[in-house]
Amino acid sequence: MKRWLPLVLFVVLVGFFAKGLFLNPREVPSPFIGRAAPAFTLPLVGDANASFSPADLKGQVWLLNIWAPWCVSCRQEHGFLMQLTQSGRIPIVGLNWKDKAREAEALLARTGSPYVAVPEDLDGRVGIDYGVTGTPETFIIDQAGIVRLKHIGPIGPDVWQTKFEPKLKELGA
Amino acid sequence: MKSGCIKSVLLAFLLAISLPALANEAAPKAALPNAEDPVIEQRLVNLAEDLRCLVCQNESLAGSHAELAEDLRREIREQMKAGKDDREVIAYLTERYGDFVLYRPPFKPVTYLLWLGPLLFLGIGGGAWVMTLRRRRAVQAAPVDEKKLAAAAQLLEEK
Repeated sequence: MKRWLPLVLFVVLVGFFAKGLFLNPREVPSPFIGRAAPAFTLPLVGDANASFSPADLKGQVWLLNIWAPWCVSCRQEHGFLMQLTQSGRIPIVGLNWKDKAREAEALLARTGSPYVAVPEDLDGRVGIDYGVTGTPETFIIDQAGIVRLKHIGPIGPDVWQTKFEPKLKELGA
Repeated sequence: MKSGCIKSVLLAFLLAISLPALANEAAPKAALPNAEDPVIEQRLVNLAEDLRCLVCQNESLAGSHAELAEDLRREIREQMKAGKDDREVIAYLTERYGDFVLYRPPFKPVTYLLWLGPLLFLGIGGGAWVMTLRRRRAVQAAPVDEKKLAAAAQLLEEK
């Protein structure tokens, strides 16, 4: 028994390291889950007179997708978001984060917009209120305006099926 | 000619070893783009050294050049100017980014293992040490055969 102790300890350690190796360090636990989505009112891209506020979508489950035209992995998920919108699964709001060059309008005109609204967060304050660390980040916000899920990084079919769909079913959406 | 060569090699070597020092010197200055209010700027640097930059996670908020870090420093600076104390600023950040933003996480049930873990391991090590010492003492205290002792003494004397 005693002879095996070092081996057992070694295997346990290797187990911890192996687990740590495959964790995603960007996947920081969000303090927002179960809390009300921070309120904001921002002008829309392309129509500065109109504005969007999370309260506008009360009573619906919706996605808040924080993106930016300069963000490469946002382009990666763009196609999938388009599919989602075309299937009518869920309304997506695209918070345009720190788009200092004001490229969003032209980009969306060219590639198509998956969003029901694109509020413009020029100085990045609203993003910070949502604890953004890097785009893209996506939140599920429920009928009562409570944040239910946060995903860091691009969304693809896999992530959608394993992470978003179960949560949406749970919320009855 | 030769001594010139040695000199330049020496110079290159000295430059190379002093580079990390220069880098360290440069790091905290990321937090000092405008020192219009030195008191607040000093508070900002002190506070931000203990905060994590969320983009480059192994860098402090004071040392990071990431854009988000700059925005967060701007936010902290403005809150300090508005008269908020360090605790309130930290509460503002943890509300948005969680305890992950703190390099010194608070002592609470989820972090008990983190804070007390080293003590636990010290205890395990100390326990193993004490047990080993006890076992050794037990070995030494084994009874010594009187006859053998006498025989040994006799052998020594014969010599």
